[in-house]
Parts: sequence; C-alpha cells; structure tokens
Amino acid sequence: MKQPQGTLVRTLSSGVDWVDQRLPVVDFWNKHFAQYYAPKNFNFWYYFGSLALLVLVNQLVTGIWLTMHYKTSAAEAFASVEYIMRDVPWGWLVRYMHSTGASLFFVVVYLHMFRGLMYGSYRKPRELIWVFGTLIFLLLMAEAFMGYVLPWGQMSYWGAQVIISLFGAIPIIGEGLAEWIRGDYLVSDATLNRFFALHVVALPLALVALVVMHLAALHEVGSNNPDGIDIKKNKDENGKPLDGIPFHPYYTVKDLIGVGFFLLIFAFIVFFAPEFGGWFLEHDNFVPANPLVTPEHIKPVWYFTPYYAMLRAIPDKLFGVLVMGGAVMILFLLPWLDRSPVRSLRYKPMFAKVMYALFVVAFIWLGWLGAQTGSTIQTLLARVFTAFYFAFFLAMPWWSQIGKTKPVPERVTK
Amino acid sequence: MNIRRVVPALLLLAAAPIANAAGGGAVDQAQTDLSNVAAIQRGAKLFVNYCQGCHSAEYMRYSRIQEDLGLTEEQVEDNLIFGDAKVGDVMTVAMDTDDQVLWLGAKAPDLSLVARSRGVDWLYTYLRQFYVDDSRPTGWNNKLYPNVSMPNIFWEQQGIQNAVYETQEDENGDPVEVLTGFEQVSAGTLSSEEFDQSMLDLVTFLEYLGEPAKLKREGIGIWVLLYLALFTFLAYLLKQEFWRDVK
Repeated sequence: MKQPQGTLVRTLSSGVDWVDQRLPVVDFWNKHFAQYYAPKNFNFWYYFGSLALLVLVNQLVTGIWLTMHYKTSAAEAFASVEYIMRDVPWGWLVRYMHSTGASLFFVVVYLHMFRGLMYGSYRKPRELIWVFGTLIFLLLMAEAFMGYVLPWGQMSYWGAQVIISLFGAIPIIGEGLAEWIRGDYLVSDATLNRFFALHVVALPLALVALVVMHLAALHEVGSNNPDGIDIKKNKDENGKPLDGIPFHPYYTVKDLIGVGFFLLIFAFIVFFAPEFGGWFLEHDNFVPANPLVTPEHIKPVWYFTPYYAMLRAIPDKLFGVLVMGGAVMILFLLPWLDRSPVRSLRYKPMFAKVMYALFVVAFIWLGWLGAQTGSTIQTLLARVFTAFYFAFFLAMPWWSQIGKTKPVPERVTK
Repeated sequence: MNIRRVVPALLLLAAAPIANAAGGGAVDQAQTDLSNVAAIQRGAKLFVNYCQGCHSAEYMRYSRIQEDLGLTEEQVEDNLIFGDAKVGDVMTVAMDTDDQVLWLGAKAPDLSLVARSRGVDWLYTYLRQFYVDDSRPTGWNNKLYPNVSMPNIFWEQQGIQNAVYETQEDENGDPVEVLTGFEQVSAGTLSSEEFDQSMLDLVTFLEYLGEPAKLKREGIGIWVLLYLALFTFLAYLLKQEFWRDVK
C-alpha cells in the first residue's frame, strides 16, 4: 500500500537515497540494528553492554568539557579543578558526571563481564569478543588510573607514586622503566602532562577503536543468551532465527528502560552523594598534592582494590606485581580454560554453581580488603581469596568437567 | 545441597565486608543544615573574624558568598572584607606566611576544602577540644589533634578548660594516663550550649565553603530524578507496546 507523502518526507527520503548511493548507510543500519537478530530471552544481565556504551559517551563528552577549563600543570591543576567546581557555570555538574561516570563505568563493566562468565559468552565462536572485551577492561584501568592523577590531590600523587614504582620491581630494567614512565625521578609535572595526553587522546582513541572491534566481532557471530544455545540452529523459511528478534526496535526500546534506571542511580549519586562516602572521591584527594607529606593510608579507588589486595597479600614485591598483573591477564585465557560441555551456568552442575558463587565472594572480599590498612588477619584473608581467585581459573579445565550437566533445551526458555 | 539455600548464604558472606565498611571514629556528630542561611552567615562572620587571620580560602570569592547567602555588596564589604580586597577577589590572608612559620612552626593550611578532607564531624569536635597545656609553645593542646600548632582561638567564648586524665591499662597491662575529658577552669562569654551552637555555625559555613554548589545541587537533583522516573516509566510503556507481539 502506497501512502501519500508530504514534501518533507519526500525530501528527507530522497536525501537518504542520495547519501545511500554514495555510502551504504541503510545497509549498515539493517546489518547492525533493523535486521540484526538477537535472542529474545535476554534478561537483566544484558542491559550492561549498552550501558557501558552510554557511560563511555558520558565520559567522552564530559571529559571534553572538563579539558576546556582544566590546567595541565602541577602548579595549576588542583586549583583549576576547584575553579571548575566553583567559578565555571555548571562546572560542578560536569565534573561530578565525569567522576561518578568513572566509578559506574567499572560497576557496569564488572557486571557485564560477570554476565559473560555466567552464560559462557566467551565460548567458541565468541573467543575474540571476550579477548577484545578484556583488552577494553585493561585499557579502562589504565585510563582510570591516569585520570585519577589529573586533579593532583594527595591521593592522585601518592597513588601514582606507588603504582608506577611497581614497575621498579622488574629485574634489571625496572628502575629505568619506572623513570621512563614518570619522565622524572619522581612523579612530577612531566608525569602529569604525559598522563593528560594519554588520558584524553591516546587511550580514548584506542578504547573507541576496541569497542568498535568488540561490537563488529559480536555482530559477526551473533549474541549468546542466558540458555547458552545457538539460535541460528532453528530458522524459519526466510532464514530468520525463530528465537531471534531484530535488535531495533525490540532491544532499542528495552535498553531504554535500562538507560532510565541507570540514569536514576547515576543522577542520585551525582546530585546527592557525589563523594559516595569517600569511595568515589576520596577525602584525601581534597588536599593538594604534596611530595613532602605522605598520607597515612594510601589506597586506590574501589575498582582497583581487589587487585591491590592481591599485590599486598604477597610478601615479595616482584612476585606481588606478577600476581596482580596475572590476575588480569588470566582473564584473556578464559575461553580456553572452560571445558564444560554446556555454555550457560543454568545447565552446569551444582559444584560449578558453588564455584562461581565463591568466586563472587572472593572478589568482593578482596575489594574490601584492598581498601583496608592490612592487618595480619586481613593479609591472611587476602591470601586465601587470592589463592581461590587463581585456583578458580587455573583449575577450571579440570573442575569445569566435573559433575552431571542438565539437559540443554533445543529452543530458548523464558 | 539446595541451591536456593546456598546462594543467599553466599550472598550474605559476600555482603559482610560491605556491612563492615560502615563505622565511625571518636568524633561528635555535627548536625549541620545547609538550608539554614542565617547559620552560614553567622559562620562566615566567625570565619573572617577568627580564622582568616591565618587561614586563607583561596578558591572562594567574596562575591560568591554575597550571591549565595543573599547579601548586598555593601554588607559583604562592611562585614566580611578587612583590608583592601575587592568583592570579586578570593579570600586570601594578609599575614605573611613566613611569619606564620616563624611564630607557629607551620603555615596555616588553606581552609577552602577542609570540610571535604576532614569532614564536618572532625572539625566540630576539633574546635571544641582545646585544653591548657603549658608544655606547648602556645600554651594550648588539642585532644583530637595532639600537639597541633594552632592555639585555641575561641578561648574567650569557650572559657578555659583543663584536660582530665584517667589511669587505664595498655595492651601489655601497664598503666597509662589517658585523656578522657575536660574540666572547665574559667567560664567564657558563652555558655557551653551557646558555644557548641556557634561552632556548629562555623562548621556549617566550612561545609558550604568546601562545596558551594551543594546549596543548590540537591534541589536540582529532585527535579532530575522526577524527570528520569517519568522517562523510565514511558520507556517501560513503549517497550510493553513493542514487545506485545514477541511470543
């Protein structure tokens, strides 16, 4: 049925045609939205991918606005942040959106990764999606660390001092490497300037490129789902998956609800608890950096504390650094460590479910321990949980095959 | 082993460190109220009269205080500005910092952000816990911040108090003298309640000074949350409408 069209619609559609003959925009739209078939049984855990993208955009936009008033200099950085907070109209809002966004980025990414872990989203043929994702996580940690240095408060300064000095533990080249990273004998103006360059140009570029690769790889093989079954096995006469629905409009409108809920939490923190009790903005970072006064308790922001706890749990510095680095690196291997006959935790045996639950317990405990001063009992606990963290991954080829799996359905369940 | 029984137990185990994270030190609660503009104004007056002799607030402009606290330029010039500062200037100190080091042993820290780094409870407690101590250069010491360089600026209002010690046992069972409280030696111009109230005013001002945007951000936040709640509800309705044909 042909509908009568107004001048505006005709002009617009001929405009789209004009572009489309020169650049395949319609093709792109169809491939990635209108005709990208996603399983219809996505649950709560599937909101965090689109939310990660939302936070990335938030960080990019607010970050650009912050650079308009931020001063990249050890002498001016701290004061320029306060200038943004006080004298720049709405500067406080932009700054809190950026600082809150940084923490919520990790909340969203941790939940997104845990989703992948639960439903076996990294299993063949999605190994590369997981590898790109882990690379994004790694770069995000670097991005967050360097961003935290920029306000040039006490924690910015001493956090950077501690973390960069870790490179000094590497035999032979260590000290030289740490000096090369700092660009000085200690954290200084040179360090601040290079971290700014990396934080606002190099790493965001790399992050965006990796997100594109992450999504391109995802759309090549299609999304996994909570049942961990392949929806492409059951297609209708037109070759469309029976259990699939086009991403647009179904998941665009569904993700909109997730966006709404997320923004409610985001806005609540920005407007009512931007420091989040010292977890998002640390109290000591409201004191300007002072190379002569070491804070009583140097601790990283909460999203690094699980790994920081592992570092401190090891008495030897080099071994500690290796353990901390290894804890992140081991994630890259996950697709090849899991030997379970089924993808999704739903159909894995009880034993596996307990292992996953203990992993969550260990990770949260490590996060808490990493923020504490590190008493004897705390160090002991950190060692136990670190051991479990590694056992979870290293022994996975063995334990993932134990026990009787439940039968996996042919079609997705509700 | 039933998963429905195991999972909540594990979650509880996971939640233990989070519950542990709450907890406080030995400080008094400062019940500050930023909606009380008169209290902030009184605090501002105390700040410029008693603190700003040594402490700057170099990220804060007088004009911002004028705007936020509903004052006129004349009121600010007459009551808050001493010396030749203009109303658009930041709140610096007239005293030479070299003199501060010479007289008190250290440069008095800038107070713009002290409420954010120390917290209001700490400040409220600190300001009320000075006592006479002849072993200190200034003759004053502080229970919360032992051997601090700062003397008791408010001794006239508070009066003079001595420290009271009790003998307690340390972890090895040896007796130690522990500062447990104070005794009033001479009365001040204010009663104890009046003095607490006036320190609360000062701390309220310091809280405002730490983050002037706090005065309005919560008010704006309410509207943002209401808008987002409406948005989320509409998104939900939209989703229900679209998903009706998904079997």
